[in-house]
Amino acid sequence: MSSTTVFNSTTPHRDADAVNRRLKKRYAAERRFRLYGLLSVAAAITFLVILLSSIVANGLPAFQKTYLQLDITFDQNLLGIDDVSDSGQLISADYQRVVKEALKVKFPEVSDRRDRRALNALVSNGAAYQLAAMLKADLSLLNTSQSVWLYADDDVDTYFKGNIDRNIPESERRLKDKQFQWLDKLEAEERVKKSFNWTFLTAGDSREPEQAGIRGALMGSFYTIVVTLLLSFPIGVAAAIYLEEFAPKNRWTDLIEVNINNLAAVPSIVFGLLGLAVFINFFGLPRSAPLVGGLVLTLMTLPTIIIASRAAIKSVPPSIREAALGVGASKMQTTIHHVLPLAMPGMLTGTIIGMAQALGETAPLLMIGMVAFIVDVPGSFSDPATVLPVQIYLWADSPERGFVELTSAAILVLLVFLATMNFLAVLLRKKFERRW
Amino acid sequence: METLAVNEAALEALDQTVEITADEMDKPEFKFDKTVGSIHSENPRMVMRNVNVHYGEKQAIHDVSLDIGANEVIAMIGPSGCGKSTFLRCMNRMNDTIENCTVSGDIKLDDVNIYDKKQDVVTLRARVGMVFQKPNPFPKSIYENVAYGPRIHGLAGSKAQLDEIVRNSLERAGLWSEVKDRLDAPGTSLSGGQQQRLCIARTIAVSPEVILMDEPCSALDPIATAKIEELIDELRQNFTIAIVTHSMQQAARVSQRTAYFHLGYLVEVGETSNLFTNPSHKLTEDYITGRFG
Amino acid sequence: MQISTLLLILSLIVLGAYYLGLRRSLQVAGRPGKRKHTLHSLPSYYGLLAALWSGIPAALIIVFWVAAQNTVITRLVVDALPPEYIASVGADELTLVINDIKNLASGNIISGQSGPMMQAAAERYLHLQSISRLALAMVVIALAIAGMAVIWWRITPGLRARNQVEAIIKAALILCSTIAILTTIGIVLSVLFESIRFFKMVPFTEFAFGLDWSPQIAIRADQQASSGAFGVIPLFAGTLLISTIAMIVAVPIGLMSAIYLSEYADKKVRAIAKPLLEVLAGIPTVVYGVFAALTVAPFVRESGEWIGLSVASESALAAGLVMGIMIIPFISSLSDDVINSVPQSLRDGAYGLGATRSETIKQVVIPAALPGIVGGILLAVSRAIGETMIVVMAAGLAANLTANPLEAVTTVTVQIVTLLVGDQEFDSAKTLAAFALGLLLFIVTLCLNVIALHVVRRYREQYE
Repeated sequence: MSSTTVFNSTTPHRDADAVNRRLKKRYAAERRFRLYGLLSVAAAITFLVILLSSIVANGLPAFQKTYLQLDITFDQNLLGIDDVSDSGQLISADYQRVVKEALKVKFPEVSDRRDRRALNALVSNGAAYQLAAMLKADLSLLNTSQSVWLYADDDVDTYFKGNIDRNIPESERRLKDKQFQWLDKLEAEERVKKSFNWTFLTAGDSREPEQAGIRGALMGSFYTIVVTLLLSFPIGVAAAIYLEEFAPKNRWTDLIEVNINNLAAVPSIVFGLLGLAVFINFFGLPRSAPLVGGLVLTLMTLPTIIIASRAAIKSVPPSIREAALGVGASKMQTTIHHVLPLAMPGMLTGTIIGMAQALGETAPLLMIGMVAFIVDVPGSFSDPATVLPVQIYLWADSPERGFVELTSAAILVLLVFLATMNFLAVLLRKKFERRW
Repeated sequence: METLAVNEAALEALDQTVEITADEMDKPEFKFDKTVGSIHSENPRMVMRNVNVHYGEKQAIHDVSLDIGANEVIAMIGPSGCGKSTFLRCMNRMNDTIENCTVSGDIKLDDVNIYDKKQDVVTLRARVGMVFQKPNPFPKSIYENVAYGPRIHGLAGSKAQLDEIVRNSLERAGLWSEVKDRLDAPGTSLSGGQQQRLCIARTIAVSPEVILMDEPCSALDPIATAKIEELIDELRQNFTIAIVTHSMQQAARVSQRTAYFHLGYLVEVGETSNLFTNPSHKLTEDYITGRFG
Repeated sequence: MQISTLLLILSLIVLGAYYLGLRRSLQVAGRPGKRKHTLHSLPSYYGLLAALWSGIPAALIIVFWVAAQNTVITRLVVDALPPEYIASVGADELTLVINDIKNLASGNIISGQSGPMMQAAAERYLHLQSISRLALAMVVIALAIAGMAVIWWRITPGLRARNQVEAIIKAALILCSTIAILTTIGIVLSVLFESIRFFKMVPFTEFAFGLDWSPQIAIRADQQASSGAFGVIPLFAGTLLISTIAMIVAVPIGLMSAIYLSEYADKKVRAIAKPLLEVLAGIPTVVYGVFAALTVAPFVRESGEWIGLSVASESALAAGLVMGIMIIPFISSLSDDVINSVPQSLRDGAYGLGATRSETIKQVVIPAALPGIVGGILLAVSRAIGETMIVVMAAGLAANLTANPLEAVTTVTVQIVTLLVGDQEFDSAKTLAAFALGLLLFIVTLCLNVIALHVVRRYREQYE
């Protein structure tokens, strides 16, 4: 197409050298073009690798947590408990004081008030809850002395994970020289250990990284996705059935189709605005609730599910419909008894993919108030809650180093869920792939 | 092309509908004032008068009138695109599923107009069953394939009765001995001929009065075809059968009467033996002698 | 009575209705063996019909009742408050008072003081609530039984139960399919109404042509709109800047990957590379946001410093780069579809003339596929403009009117999020501005989508 000279009848004589030179150039261009393609693919994959490895590298340490071992004396007087049978007293007792006392015994040489405070800062506030739980489980511990592994403060945790450099000037780091001395002493006595961070999986959100967990966000995501699934699957399938099997070809149907295609490309944040204006301000549904989140995500995932379901219905051969109609099944019976079961795997695949999208969605949920700082694990569809992606967003905004780890760890959890769902979808597609 | 799958049948039908061009109409042999031969039957089961079918603007069937008698096999032959399949599909209103297909005229089953507003298509199709060109068993077990019809029509009061119907239908379709040990096997696992007999069993399981067959052997090998033809002959004892076929030999073998269609017109009807040996219309003769088709 | 209990009772009635309808149909048909009449439909359809008639109206009543209950009761409680008290507090304060009453009623801590008037209102609230629940329960149960009874009476052998059940199901299907339209209408109405209110406070011209955006200034109520600036131009410029950077990254890489994978790569490479690209597409945007904020932005800043450039820590470049990475798989999969739908015969034509592969691609395949590729790119642009999380996390908040990718800019979506997240009064110009931005975003993306879908569709039809 490019070389008209070849066909030019006025120059039948071909200069072999010129052709060869041209050919060389053309092949060089060919190789370059091919290389660009290869580089593009390589670039895309490199981005993926960098993205994933930075998350894994940041996130894996969050599954570990540093503990400090102290000899705790559950001194009744220090705790301020005078009636053991009063569970309220057990909870509100002054466990901090016991921890401070234990540190005082461990490091008797520290007397200065500021140093004391620095010393106490090595142990997490969460240690108090640990001790409260211990005492509540076993009252006989009262007035005894126990060797207990307590949560370390997040700065200490960060240090033991190797993320604080001792060589930078003291004023620029979170831990001071004296604190390092104490930690060295504890470490020398083997009173420092790292073990699996159960808190991360069992606790709700917290202002302190070492006490924060994703359980609250996971439950929030769970409730939200349940609402989304319960609404979007039946509605999406029903809409697809109507459009494929029953709808007459007219303007109205065209309008619905154009609408569905456009909705699939509307920015998700706009759905959030819709949720805020309609569900919360107009219908007065509670803010921050998984119910509202689920409703918004339903509207968002419906186009995906409808489009996938229609494709699945289309792939059912017409001969099956004719066979059923031929023995006297009504249109509805044909659809429900034959078309629907045959299209179901495709519909389920589409639904799983839609749910995976919904599970990773953040922006519209910010609009309906699912960004509140919520410590309690939600227990119902109308409790204030947050979801996993929003939790990631919140943690990523927090300055403490401990939250950086948590952010990446939460991303890992989210990605594991998404990978599982997509894997399921692929399996389903493979298993039921059918050729007629 | 959104409803491609659903409308495939419509498109196929449209493909087969050939417009009659002006000069074809002018040819001397192309005269259709009246169908040659007797459209009447002694003991008519279905009576069709002045049936016209349009796909949108295109007319696929022109003013066809025909009787189908009880316990007879009537074959409909003609070159492709002659409208024989379309006509067949009018008889149990399968054309309803095709958008923009309109049928006018009278089609009566036992003196009741089947295109009457009050007529429930579902009951109609239970009375006028259909076997399709390609075997189309449901992707379910053999048993479920046959049992589906009786089930939706509530023909069996108990499991035992349903078993009986299934067995009876498979026996009458000549398939029982071949599948009785594997009723749970998927219907699609059978061979082509067996699948088509399964479809016939499925059709007779709802005890229709009329069975329509749309080129039932076109996808089968000669041995399977012979079996089906034998079966059709046996079924005649209990059912009225209308069969569309491409093969004149098949028409000659299985039918008592034959109707010859050409470009949407019914050209000639008559006793099969008569029509093949002594066609009255020029077009029929041309077709039978193999000038076209 | 709790709603859940009521739902349980209703489902029991519906089950009963199914059973009774089924029995009734068998009864009117006569004993088995010597049937007097043949039923029009299978007995189960009579049962279903009875169940649907008893369940659907009752369920609809529950939905509407629950939706309206809150508003009605609140209105009644407010009406019962002393009118001089209502006059003494403003409209804003009244909502706080109502909240307090509700909190008092549910036994929570309240923000204001709880006087005898509040106590009375809370009791009234509880009282009305219990009346409402009781009334709802009675109405629902009565309706369910009535529906069942109506069908029970109407069951005769000739009743076309199947047709009626199917008509009901079909109506439900139609209803479901219109939800897409309702959603669109809902989006348009919700952003439109609030935007109109916004444009009553801030003139449209100022919004559309203003060069300043600083809504955060309006903090006190008496400052509303008067001192805040609502010029959308800098936001739009920021959005365009970041989207442009994203497209500069995504279009060449995405397109070339698609070309390589569909025209050059052998099966093995394709089998590995394609799913990997899909993984890139499946990663949630918030993850890209984290990546942009914590990894790419510091990297861009440091490398800028290294070569002596001052780079803002929330530079447009970082956000744009990451957004580009996010869009790569989008472009590559759309282009892949389009390239694959170019008929082989066109390629064969070029090969037949002795063209090399790259010449064929550049001179035949790409020109043929161009409309489809352009459509895909337009869709990708619309996606970049509407993308929220990456820019919320990695782009700035201050509206700078600049074309320098190393500075911080803000976008439409970032501003929507900042304006609406956190405590807000619903009537301030600040919050309403978010809806005006939403309207703008919706219109722009809608136009892009309509054009893109149209182009792609036309293209597809050409080769079908």
